[in-house]
Amino acid sequence: MSNPTFTHLDVLESESIHIMREVAAECKNPALLFSGGKDSIVMLRLAEKAFRPCKFPFPLVHIDTEHNFPEVIKARDKLAADLGERLIVRSLEGSIAKGTIIIKDPDLPRNPYQSVTLLETIAEFGFDACMGGARRDEEKARAKERIFSFRDEFGQWDPKNQRPELWDIYNTRVHNDENMRVFPISNWTEMDIWEYIDRENLYIPSIYYAHEREVIRRGDNVIPVSHLVQPRPGEKIEMVSVRFRTVGDMTCTAPVESTASNALEIIAETAITRITERGATRMDDQTSEASMELRKKEGYF
Amino acid sequence: MSDTTQLLRFITAGSVDDGKSTLIGRLLYDSKSIFEDQFSAISKTSEKRGMAAVDLSLLTDGLQAEREQGITIDVAYRYFATPKRKFIIGDTPGHEQYTRNMVTAASTANLAVILIDARRGVLTQTRRHTFIASLVGVPHIVVAVNKMDMVDYSQQRFDEIVAEYRQFAAQLNLHEVTFIPLSALVGDMVVERGEAMDWYQGPTLMDKLESVVIDQDVNTRDFRFPVQWVCRPQTGEHHDFRGFMGRIEAGQVAVGDEVTLLPAGRTTRVKDIVTYDGSLKTAAAPQSVALTLTDEIDISRGDMLVKAELMPTVAQQFTAMLCWLSETPMDKNRKYIIKHTSRVVKCLVSSLDYRVDVNTLEHHENPTVNMNDIAHVTLKTQKPLVFDSYTRNRATGSFIVIDEATNNTVAAGMIC
Ligand SMILES: Nc1nc2c(ncn2[C@@H]2O[C@H](COP(=O)(O)OP(=O)(O)O)[C@@H](O)[C@H]2O)c(=O)[nH]1
Repeated sequence: MSNPTFTHLDVLESESIHIMREVAAECKNPALLFSGGKDSIVMLRLAEKAFRPCKFPFPLVHIDTEHNFPEVIKARDKLAADLGERLIVRSLEGSIAKGTIIIKDPDLPRNPYQSVTLLETIAEFGFDACMGGARRDEEKARAKERIFSFRDEFGQWDPKNQRPELWDIYNTRVHNDENMRVFPISNWTEMDIWEYIDRENLYIPSIYYAHEREVIRRGDNVIPVSHLVQPRPGEKIEMVSVRFRTVGDMTCTAPVESTASNALEIIAETAITRITERGATRMDDQTSEASMELRKKEGYF
Repeated sequence: MSDTTQLLRFITAGSVDDGKSTLIGRLLYDSKSIFEDQFSAISKTSEKRGMAAVDLSLLTDGLQAEREQGITIDVAYRYFATPKRKFIIGDTPGHEQYTRNMVTAASTANLAVILIDARRGVLTQTRRHTFIASLVGVPHIVVAVNKMDMVDYSQQRFDEIVAEYRQFAAQLNLHEVTFIPLSALVGDMVVERGEAMDWYQGPTLMDKLESVVIDQDVNTRDFRFPVQWVCRPQTGEHHDFRGFMGRIEAGQVAVGDEVTLLPAGRTTRVKDIVTYDGSLKTAAAPQSVALTLTDEIDISRGDMLVKAELMPTVAQQFTAMLCWLSETPMDKNRKYIIKHTSRVVKCLVSSLDYRVDVNTLEHHENPTVNMNDIAHVTLKTQKPLVFDSYTRNRATGSFIVIDEATNNTVAAGMIC
């Protein structure tokens, strides 16, 4: 008997399912980080593929910066409700109220603070493994990230002290107070994500597709106007057809000009796009080539 | 991207300065997989360092500390695609002491590109890289003879290197070897053929990567299904559902097939192959599925379902090659933990037979086993393992060794 041929998406999907089942079987108290963004929506479908007809053996957890686009929060709540799975939301406001986060400038991006609330949430629920939707193709510092990434009791990532990962035999063991970040879609690229969204016909927040939006231009960036971002003197508001490639903090997530109105059109655009996803749309990562690495060391997932 | 695009994982191995980074940069650049922002970042760096042309090798540079030291010290993964295939490169450094990194990257690779500097020919490192590739059972080897521009693109020089390589490789168990003369710097025979080597009729490196047949890289004969997770919803319509979830690691299975549960030895039949997208009649490696069975037998994680005609070995003692990964040497008096498929058991080193010199392939008796050493050992486990030899089946012949005290992964094992 000859073996059937599997496509790259089949192989990636099966790998991710295998990883999620390993987490469920070997970790005592795992969680799936779920933001309502496209990568975490793909993760949700993979979890369905891994565990249905059973319920997920972990809750969904969102660390909410309260700087999110309303469309994304809507998608988050809708998807969790449709699936009938438990969603835990912890907000940066909670940490601010407790005094563990002190915000210097309320208009600046809040991503750097996310690690604080995440670590507090891990402690509150005693999670020993948090699955996240990060991919190795996103950024240089991620290229060396393990699928099972070991964090010490301060949630810190030490790039020099990671366990070698061989074949697909994962070492999931941690001592009390230590934990794992697990990245089941490590090997997916942005293109794979879009192809999968198309193949699986996944519902994603509307702002991933082209829409008319008020923006201002700052340097090379197109910046969406919101209650958090207002034009400075001399800047003018324009209506432009844009879509978002990532949907993080509203103050630092820039859209790209586009007319793509479905996944296939985005795939076509992505195939000819010459700028990396983060380079295009995450202003906080542009500051320093190594800024992601610094944030990872601090416990950012 | 068509809906039949396959995924190929490969690694590159070479000594420092053989041109590995330049080659990867060239592959990415000529296949148009480099983004503008990445390109402008490396142009800036090249300029800052006073280089005349953009240094493509900067593309594969890694983390901050390493960037500052100008070296890569671990395995980094790169992604690129052509209209024919998607590729994952496991990028390993060429340094002497990093056998463990190459073993790590090679463990998932379909293909290894072994670089040789045309001026220097086959070196100790070439032998070592080839030995590791054969030990880890990388199915396809490409020997890339680089810097052909520096030997006047000489066919004679290329033929000499091929002959020398063939001679020493004969003692190793390599499946398929392809030799390609190229220049990573200029680009000949990487993606474009160039005009300097008309005497060479074989594929370019990219042709080879795009066309090498990988369907048979997994074992397609012996059905192996390690159970990862048991799904028992115990609700309404699924009240009696008991699905044994896992990934088919080798072979195929069909509804109605007789299967044997190991190590228990009981036999039953496959009732249904359940997936989120509906039931299947047949399934094959590497699909992740859930199986339901016709008999109610007690099955848990770590058990394996196989077909009776192609039985694996069930034993508590076996011999294996270990690659030691930890800075702390092996201690024969300690208990370690083995993770093999979905099974986790305690183990003892019952004998440490010999160490293999990765450069000369000589055996050394009564060794100590330090980081980067390859050793032949006999292991005894507290409970039986269900396994095949690594050469027959990578998935059921491989295991990792974990130190119980630190929880670190200290060795990679391949069952003999
Ligand atoms: N002439 C020539 N030089 C090359 C070629 N490939 C790489 N080099 C040079 O060899 C040196 C080492 O290359 P690099 O890619 O950094 O080697 P690595 O240490 O193996 O990653 C650099 O100066 C490259 O420009 C080639 O095909 N021809």
